[in-house]
Amino acid sequence: MNTLFREKKANAKKIMFKSIDEYPEVPITLGTTLSNFTGDWRNFMPVVDESKCIKCYICWKFCPEPAIYIKEDGYIAVDYDYCKGCGVCANECPTKAITMVREEK
Amino acid sequence: MPKKVISGNYAAAYAAKHARVEVVAAYPITPQTSIIEKIAEFIANGEVENLEYVPVESEHSAMAACIGASATGARTFTATSAQGLALMHEMLHWAAGARLPVVMVNVNRAMAPPWSVWDDQTDSLAQRDTGWLQFYAENNQEVYDGVLMAFKIGEHEKVNLPVMIIESAFILSHTYDVVDMLEQEEVDEFLPPRKPLYSLTDFDNPFSIGALGTPADYYEFRYKIAKAMEEAKKIIKEVGKEFGEKFGRDYSQMIELYKTDDADIVFMGMGSLMGTVKEAVEILRSEGYKVGAAKVRWFRPFPREELYELAKSVQGIAVLDRNFSFGQEGILFNEAKGVLYNTGAKPIMKNYIVGLGGRDLTVNDVRKIANNMKKIIEKGELDKEIDWYHLKR
Ligand code: SF4
Ligand code: SF4
Repeated sequence: MNTLFREKKANAKKIMFKSIDEYPEVPITLGTTLSNFTGDWRNFMPVVDESKCIKCYICWKFCPEPAIYIKEDGYIAVDYDYCKGCGVCANECPTKAITMVREEK
Repeated sequence: MPKKVISGNYAAAYAAKHARVEVVAAYPITPQTSIIEKIAEFIANGEVENLEYVPVESEHSAMAACIGASATGARTFTATSAQGLALMHEMLHWAAGARLPVVMVNVNRAMAPPWSVWDDQTDSLAQRDTGWLQFYAENNQEVYDGVLMAFKIGEHEKVNLPVMIIESAFILSHTYDVVDMLEQEEVDEFLPPRKPLYSLTDFDNPFSIGALGTPADYYEFRYKIAKAMEEAKKIIKEVGKEFGEKFGRDYSQMIELYKTDDADIVFMGMGSLMGTVKEAVEILRSEGYKVGAAKVRWFRPFPREELYELAKSVQGIAVLDRNFSFGQEGILFNEAKGVLYNTGAKPIMKNYIVGLGGRDLTVNDVRKIANNMKKIIEKGELDKEIDWYHLKR
């Protein structure tokens, strides 16, 4: 379970407007973008090899989503609901602990 | 406050001051500059409190800063002209799309090249589809009154749209005339502080404005603006009426009709040139012509219903356009003709292209136009639809 968003993610709902009266007057965000699962854009998925990880958290800083989170044991993990497979984390990791693996769908 | 003899630009600056604007972001351009200079002077002299002046490096940034300020709930004002307005174009859509009631004075100035600093309406009319309300002032008094009403109309809970108050280069902007200003208490009573639709300073409920609108939602937000514009017609009339009742100058009509009741021919146009036209109507009437004038005050929203009412009772409408849409015709003419197409009212309409780049339209010109219209009505057919009236032949 993704420890970063917990119940916020579980409760994130897409807001769908059925009639013009339900729309707000102005295009402001009403909910949370946590309901946008950008994970389905992904072609390559980052896979973490904990034996190489030195817990520097450079990947965590560089990830453009917040898709990387820090687990209780201090290692990082990827929330694949949001990871869009850009490969930035793998590129930045100083110990090459992250490999991008082609994903079959 | 006593009557003052001031320029149209100073009328705009005083109105902004009396409206208690909180943020002004602007960039200088002739002939607008003396508006924002005057506002800077108010600040330097300590005549205004709580007014943040943001100097920027371009008009695009000026409007961007106004949008940001307005999104925090501040009453926001700016001014520009011609090329400066064109540079703002992208941001004009933003202000309207984010439903922010920024008020801007645009001093009509001809677009270059050739360089010109004189009066021409094509700059503001080219911003027709941005979602801004547009009011064309005939004289300095209307600039002052227009700016005050603009805040009240634009900020109205049923409108929430930006408003452009438009005055003529030099003819109004730099010409001194009597302006009857209001007492600060009168303005405060007429124009209470803004109640924004939303504010970015609502830190407990953070949100973003104008995020992605997919094909599933974009359409509905456009409809909301269209509806607010329609609604604005009612609010314009209400506010114009209230202004008249309180201060003696009525603005309840979006088209000001001048001696049109028994007129066969009506001259229709916008802005300062209508002052000359009204003068000409006086003189022509004393010579036996049955003529009147229709001054279109509000171009957006367009007063369709009022135009239809007028068109039912007249034989001919001479539309005087101090602007031109290349490849088509005068812009007011185009709009007016379009409105009447699906109605029963079909007066003969002719388009006179006048005054581009500040060329004067005189009383004698209006007489010549009246004679030309008379002939057309007698014959029952147009000699030509678009007449480049002043052309040296
Ligand atoms: S691939 Fe991109 S989105 Fe996915 S975890 Fe790495 S940096 Fe983040
Ligand atoms: S950048 Fe590499 S080493 Fe550093 S925390 Fe991330 S996976 Fe571990």
